[in-house]
Amino acid sequence: MLRVVCVSGRGGEDAVGLGECPVVRDLADGGDLVDKLRVKIDGRTILAAPGKTILEVAEENGIHIPTLCHLDGLRDVGACRLCIVDLYGQLVTSCTTKVADGMEIGTQTETVRAYRRTILELLFAEGNHVCSFCVSNGGCELQDLACELGMHSVRVPYTYRRERVDATHPRFLIDRDRCVLCGRCVRVCQEVEGAHTWGFAERGVTARVITDLAVPWGTAESCTSCGKCVEVCPTGAIARKGASNAEMRKHPELVAELTERRARG
Amino acid sequence: MGKVKVATVWFSGCAGCHMSFLDIDEVLIDLVGRIEFCNSPITDLKVFPEGGVDVTLVEGAIGNEEQLELAHTVRAKSKIVISLGDCAVTGNVPALRNGIPPRELIEEIYGTSRTTNGALPYEVVPRLLERVRPLHEVIPVDYFLHGCPPPAGLIAKAVLALLDGKTPELTGADLKFG
Repeated sequence: MLRVVCVSGRGGEDAVGLGECPVVRDLADGGDLVDKLRVKIDGRTILAAPGKTILEVAEENGIHIPTLCHLDGLRDVGACRLCIVDLYGQLVTSCTTKVADGMEIGTQTETVRAYRRTILELLFAEGNHVCSFCVSNGGCELQDLACELGMHSVRVPYTYRRERVDATHPRFLIDRDRCVLCGRCVRVCQEVEGAHTWGFAERGVTARVITDLAVPWGTAESCTSCGKCVEVCPTGAIARKGASNAEMRKHPELVAELTERRARG
Repeated sequence: MGKVKVATVWFSGCAGCHMSFLDIDEVLIDLVGRIEFCNSPITDLKVFPEGGVDVTLVEGAIGNEEQLELAHTVRAKSKIVISLGDCAVTGNVPALRNGIPPRELIEEIYGTSRTTNGALPYEVVPRLLERVRPLHEVIPVDYFLHGCPPPAGLIAKAVLALLDGKTPELTGADLKFG
């Protein structure tokens, strides 16, 4: 429950929309007294700490927004666009948009749901996601999203992309046909492991993740073989070699655990 | 009320979806009294009924000219068309050949085969399409049953709902591919 310390009648300095909205003060996570913002999500008025994203506030209040590229412990980049919400008729990514006082947000409007589904279909059409023989079948976030968002069929033509599998690393492999370009591997390698092995190359439909300067993974000298990219990859794109389908269960939540422990020192 | 006419067809797929259909166990007994099997690889009826059917379940993706033609017949003569399984819904495994020119495939498979003495089957088997496509890219489809194969329970649920004149509610785990 929120601990409301003091309610005054003046509008917050950064207040938008509600004008004379009463300012609610509360203890922030760090223990400091801060002005709480008042936002409306799906018609529910919610008090939110400044600096938080719409996604964070929604999750804290039990409102589920589908995500794919977002991962607790990593910087949010808004790559996959699946967490879009309606903000005054505009679609914004909830993982990168900070709450402001008076915001009115819709997370399940008809438009939002239709766009999310189309985005998901484009992801399926762009890659080569053949669940039936994927090592991550049954443990795949993309597959789960198809169930969650009610994707009955992909209404755009499939591209049937064909990328080479890079199995040059002794322990891991990448099948870029299954990559959704969420960039989790790039971020975890940079922000948590600090190796900067993974990166993006090219743009648009030819965009892909690469190791070092687009050399085979096994020859990428910066790679520490820590395996964090395997754990965070939401699909079967990055996997452990020799793992059977039943063994290939990933643990992306380890990243948040790791970063939280580091922050505690 | 007369029996509901049901047909099933088998395009580019492994027959696993038909196996899963047979795997609905005791529901089959219920179905026997309520449906008339009109055309199916199971019953070995080879001609699609002229008079049309109520429901057609389609297994497999569209990979050659014969399948493409039959798909149009199926649509024209069926009140309800269901994509049965991942091959029909997404192209799945048969679509892995997409990107390889059909001529190269034929030459690789038949040209190097000892059983055909290198003869290429351009006259006797239907010509391959340039690429394998999911059923709904070719004809409008009413319902999609996901899975490789779709679980027997899912098939039973959809067919029984339709027999009761209801819309099958396919949500959540029903939509799991693979």
